[in-house]
Amino acid sequence: MNLITRRTMAVVGLALLIVFASATYAQGKKIRIGVEGAYPPFSQIDPSGKLSGFDIDIANAICAELKAECVMVQQAFDGMIPALQSRKIDAVIASMSITEERRKAVEFSDKYYQTPARFVVKAGSRIDISGSGLKGKKIGVQRSTTHDKFATDTFKDAQIVRYTKQDEVFLDMAAGRVDAALVDMIAAQTGFLKTPQGKNFEFTGPVYEEPKYFGVGAGVAMRKNDVELRNDINKAIATMRANGTYKKIQDKYFDFDVYGKYVPSSPLAKK
Amino acid sequence: MNFEAITEAIPSYFAGVSVTLQLLCVALLFGLALAIPLGVARASNNRWLSWPVWAYTYVMRGTPMLVQLFLIYYGMAQFDAVRDSALWPWFSSAWFCAMLTFTLNTSAYTAEIIAGAMRAIPAGEVEAARSLGLSGWRVLTRIVLPSSMRRALPAYSNEVIMMLHGTSLASTVTLVDLTGAAREMNARTYLPFEAFVTAGIFYLALTFMLVSLFHFAEKRWLRHLAPRSQTVLQPIAIAS
Amino acid sequence: MLHGFLPTLIDGTGITLAVAFLSLVIAVMLGLLGAAARLSKVPLLRGMATVYTTVIRGVPDLVLMLLIFYGGQLAINAAALALGYENTLDIDPFVAGVATIGFIFGAYLTETFRGALLAIHAGQREAGLAFGMSRLKVFWRITFPQMIRLAIPGFTNNWLVLVKSTALVSVIGLTDMMHRAGMAAGATREPFTFYCAAAVIYLAITTVSLLGLGVLERRYSVGIRRAA
Repeated sequence: MNLITRRTMAVVGLALLIVFASATYAQGKKIRIGVEGAYPPFSQIDPSGKLSGFDIDIANAICAELKAECVMVQQAFDGMIPALQSRKIDAVIASMSITEERRKAVEFSDKYYQTPARFVVKAGSRIDISGSGLKGKKIGVQRSTTHDKFATDTFKDAQIVRYTKQDEVFLDMAAGRVDAALVDMIAAQTGFLKTPQGKNFEFTGPVYEEPKYFGVGAGVAMRKNDVELRNDINKAIATMRANGTYKKIQDKYFDFDVYGKYVPSSPLAKK
Repeated sequence: MNFEAITEAIPSYFAGVSVTLQLLCVALLFGLALAIPLGVARASNNRWLSWPVWAYTYVMRGTPMLVQLFLIYYGMAQFDAVRDSALWPWFSSAWFCAMLTFTLNTSAYTAEIIAGAMRAIPAGEVEAARSLGLSGWRVLTRIVLPSSMRRALPAYSNEVIMMLHGTSLASTVTLVDLTGAAREMNARTYLPFEAFVTAGIFYLALTFMLVSLFHFAEKRWLRHLAPRSQTVLQPIAIAS
Repeated sequence: MLHGFLPTLIDGTGITLAVAFLSLVIAVMLGLLGAAARLSKVPLLRGMATVYTTVIRGVPDLVLMLLIFYGGQLAINAAALALGYENTLDIDPFVAGVATIGFIFGAYLTETFRGALLAIHAGQREAGLAFGMSRLKVFWRITFPQMIRLAIPGFTNNWLVLVKSTALVSVIGLTDMMHRAGMAAGATREPFTFYCAAAVIYLAITTVSLLGLGVLERRYSVGIRRAA
């Protein structure tokens, strides 16, 4: 048995080596970008499995600007920061809002767009968006988003129902399993309100932009202290803004300025 | 390891354990209640009885429980007929959908376990009962079922453990069970290692508790079948 | 058909099957190693194998998958750093999924193989040795063929559970068939249609597996008399 054990051990070792060796070493200018693929119009997949959307186009444009080889890694939103920290990906381009809370864990580029959040409810339901009005009501949010954090902290008497994907929030909204959903306004419009399933639903309550919760726009997230990459990406975003690349991309999706009103606040400039 | 974060999250883990155990107990209870008649039908010599049950268990055991759960939770809501029906208040609850899925799933596996145990009963036991003049129904309820339920214990204990693990899928349909608590801690603190190791330890403890419970039960009710084989945790799938 | 999502589902089925087969290879190797360790005379090996099978079989696949996917990468990074590598080894979801499922089912197969090995009468091995066969030869000619026959039922179970477990890799971001069904369900708002399609595909895999393994079992059971 001993000899066999040793042999099997060698075989297994070899096999594991082959398996792991086939995983490549991260080298030079290869950037693995975490994207979501379930957040239209920013990120979605078409029937052929191809990724498309505003986030994806921005990611490709940034890579072209950096002359880097990019690999898109599809990943659930609540796994983005853990994946970044465990070095499964090098950057996140998934409509991730730049918040102080997240800044403790990751590095952010300047924003590449900014849109507000709002509640969606069934048309005519007359739900009052307030602590007492939402008491006992079910609020659907995507897990670990700014919406999740804000709703959890603000509406303590409501029941927060957390979903892995934004699609699932909309599916359950249409099914009537949640009373209200706190979502990005653009994602809600394209992904739900303008679809047949969303025709009986409407926005209600205030438009949320409070930076403490909703951040200062969506940015590219990177590992802490990945300063070089951050600077390169900031430069790329600035160039794209200046040379019209950004406008060309945004016009493909939106008939308004998705960049929003906040001016970029580079942490470098702050220092 | 960030123990501070773990300590802080412990209460939510205990809340998760309670949801997990509720789902497990209710599903096992209803599942067993369904499985007994199904198992009897499956073991029957009448094709018209055994064949439909075979088809049911084949489909339930041949597809992932995750697919079954999504079919019931998300799939049912696709139809207006379901959404407008009197059943909707039930199907609109994630808890009910999870419980229904787990119940149907475990009833299929348990029915096969019971049917297997019934087939394994020595013919002599049945013949002895018949020769005493017991009716078919009496033979079934007094001899065959009690005896086969006991024999089914080791296999059933595996099924219970597999169901305990299966309940972790509840976290994919918004329920905050033990796994859900871990996923929320992960989302909140970005500490996946701490979050899932803690959940793993809780599950291990639950598994050990269930295993020792069944060891006790086997000692009590299976003494007559010595030498017993040790209970081995094995997933039970379609082949029996 | 299926709003044009059929090709991507079939594509995903390829990934599901690839994950299943590759992780089976790892699981079989770990299972043989584990069984050898469980039956070894060295207490340390026995202890390690026991801890491996007990812990893995006591925790849900989903939790293990999330743990190994994230935690495993952290461990590898730490190891790489300790060995002085600047660039860490990059494990993509495919490799992580295969390694994780292989690792989990290695524990189940350890018990299957151990049970099968224990069921072979020691006299058979002793007889082989008495004929002057080497230990290796005894294993390949006597123990192994019988072990396969005894292990096939347990192996079949494990394989089927493994195939179904691959559905969970969709949770860690591998675009397998289940993941694609979910994407299509979200995009078309027809979850029933797509999860039904997924169920049918899994059922087809199960059926083919059962037929195939049934043939194998008959092949290795030649010469075994069965009670009717």
